[in-house]
Amino acid sequence: MGQKIVIDPVTRIEGHGKITIHLNDEGMVNRAFFHIGQVRGFEKLCEGRPFYEMPSLMARICGICPVSHLMASAKACDALMGVRIPEPAANLRRIMNLAQIIQSHSLSFFHLASPDLLLGMDADPATRNIFGLMTANPDLARDGIRLRQYGQQIVESLGGKRIHPAWVVPGGVNAPLSVEQRDRILSLVPAGIDIILKTLAWYKRGLEKHREEIRTFGNFPTMFLGMVSATGGLGFYGDGWLRIVDSTGQTVADHVDPHTYQDFLGEAVEPWTYLKFPYYKPAGYPEGIYRVGPLARLNLVNQCGSPLADQEFAEFRSLERGAVLSSFHYHYARLIEILFCLEKMDQLLNEKDILSKHVRAFASPNNQEGIGVAEAPRGTLLHHYKIDDQGRIVWANLIIATGHNNLAMNRAVLQVARHFVDGKKLQEGMLNRVEAVIRAYDPCLSCSTHAVGQMPLEISLIGPEGEVVDELRR
Amino acid sequence: MSKIRLATVWLDGCSGCHMSLLDMDERLIEIADKVEVVYSPLVDSKEFPQDVDVTLVEGAVGSVEDEEKIKMIRQRTKTLVSLGDCAVTGNVPSMRNTCGPKAVLERLYLENVTIQPQIPSEGVPALRTRVCPVREVVKVDVFVPGCPPSADTIHMLLAGLLSGSVPDLGLLTRFGA
Repeated sequence: MGQKIVIDPVTRIEGHGKITIHLNDEGMVNRAFFHIGQVRGFEKLCEGRPFYEMPSLMARICGICPVSHLMASAKACDALMGVRIPEPAANLRRIMNLAQIIQSHSLSFFHLASPDLLLGMDADPATRNIFGLMTANPDLARDGIRLRQYGQQIVESLGGKRIHPAWVVPGGVNAPLSVEQRDRILSLVPAGIDIILKTLAWYKRGLEKHREEIRTFGNFPTMFLGMVSATGGLGFYGDGWLRIVDSTGQTVADHVDPHTYQDFLGEAVEPWTYLKFPYYKPAGYPEGIYRVGPLARLNLVNQCGSPLADQEFAEFRSLERGAVLSSFHYHYARLIEILFCLEKMDQLLNEKDILSKHVRAFASPNNQEGIGVAEAPRGTLLHHYKIDDQGRIVWANLIIATGHNNLAMNRAVLQVARHFVDGKKLQEGMLNRVEAVIRAYDPCLSCSTHAVGQMPLEISLIGPEGEVVDELRR
Repeated sequence: MSKIRLATVWLDGCSGCHMSLLDMDERLIEIADKVEVVYSPLVDSKEFPQDVDVTLVEGAVGSVEDEEKIKMIRQRTKTLVSLGDCAVTGNVPSMRNTCGPKAVLERLYLENVTIQPQIPSEGVPALRTRVCPVREVVKVDVFVPGCPPSADTIHMLLAGLLSGSVPDLGLLTRFGA
């Protein structure tokens, strides 16, 4: 009879998941699962509500990336109204979206993942966190706090509050940008760029130390999916098209209209988790595995689209001949995207009509179905609504960024567990690595859902005679 | 002076209240000098410890697991704080009470799927019939409304609790703020 290891809850991710690792009779890892144990059901609870409430309601899916849900939801509502919103309004939405990606990526890298990178995967779990980082490397901790703060301050400056701002509305935004706001946001950009360039340099210097993790952290061939801009660069606001590339970097599909997502994306259910498994329909399930998010985006764009980020991008892509396959490099890709967001924001704020007072289109609903797409920090996000004659929601479907990575995260957990976990002699650091690969994907489980685990991490290995071979607790 | 033992948990919510906690920005560094974070999604402890001075609870009680968890946390906590509208009133998660969990699960796992339609049931916690605020399950000592409460509100709350009093937050936050 094999044994089972349970890591519950998985910590330092946005939300709570649980990992179980099944061992065979020889104590070798046999199977591994990443479970999500809670569900709120926004696709159902929105029914009967007026469509124009959707951005504010759907933002409550997630407190980390509410702005992404605002984007996808507002765009779906624009489609229901049948309007093309004023370009300055689209640019203002883009700026808020970029600010949010800066704060979300900073949270993932500095607050959640960097303790593993700086203090070490095997460091004392009691201090292996952002508070421990404040003691061990106060400069890095302070940089991370500041960079996240800049992103949040820009969101607040535009929307009146940092989390769940009400400024993005169907048809555009509800207030134009003032000169003071613009200048304040512009004033934050140079300090942000200084921090991220310094962090990138530090991170690249340390990469060599993580050679074993790079080799084994979700390092396998998959497809990559994401939105690209009309010029083939990073397009977070999602008004370009979808591109899918394979593990060699070759294009599988290009110029795909995301509004046809149901033609090529399927969703499967497994009995042991509330998080569904999207897959690429032409390849079937589970062979239609693909990844989304920072690593995927940098694998499928032609360039980022801003000068400093493009230099870093060239270096990043030279890591491997085809696509960059190790999920460990999500961290690296995330840092480059922060740099891009800062540069891009600066470009957009200097657009000549950015201060235009015409920032909202008004209309009653003209279509009964609307789809909105954006690139959230963690990947492609889709909101799909249907309404009745009164504009009330009758049906909704959401494909959340973290969901796309579900197949890949599960496969990565198995790969890391097989490489590092020795069932005969357990060590805390082994299990932390299994969690760390999940952190690389930066799953947002509040987006998909989340749970607080009820069981502590407590592992006993029982021998054939029923004797306790090994025990581990934290 | 020994440090205050602080825990933060999130039940059925969006993590926005935890993000607002992080929005204290560099004030986090001074707070970290005065508190020991003994359990939180932000740190690596896996078991909720005994003798916690203050626990901040984000989210409503949505699953059977949430309910068991909050009862255990109550026993081990001196001052329990309902942080944010979901914990205080049920807020958005309780919107599903109009249709009940069965309709939610059927929509998500039987209707809006391509293959293998089934309602997950292996090792995932069952949903409660009704989503309810924390105070319906256990006694709550401090209520902090807001969606989420601002970082200033949370900072004032913690500063008050650190000095042994419950501050009046009425001017700083409100429902939906």
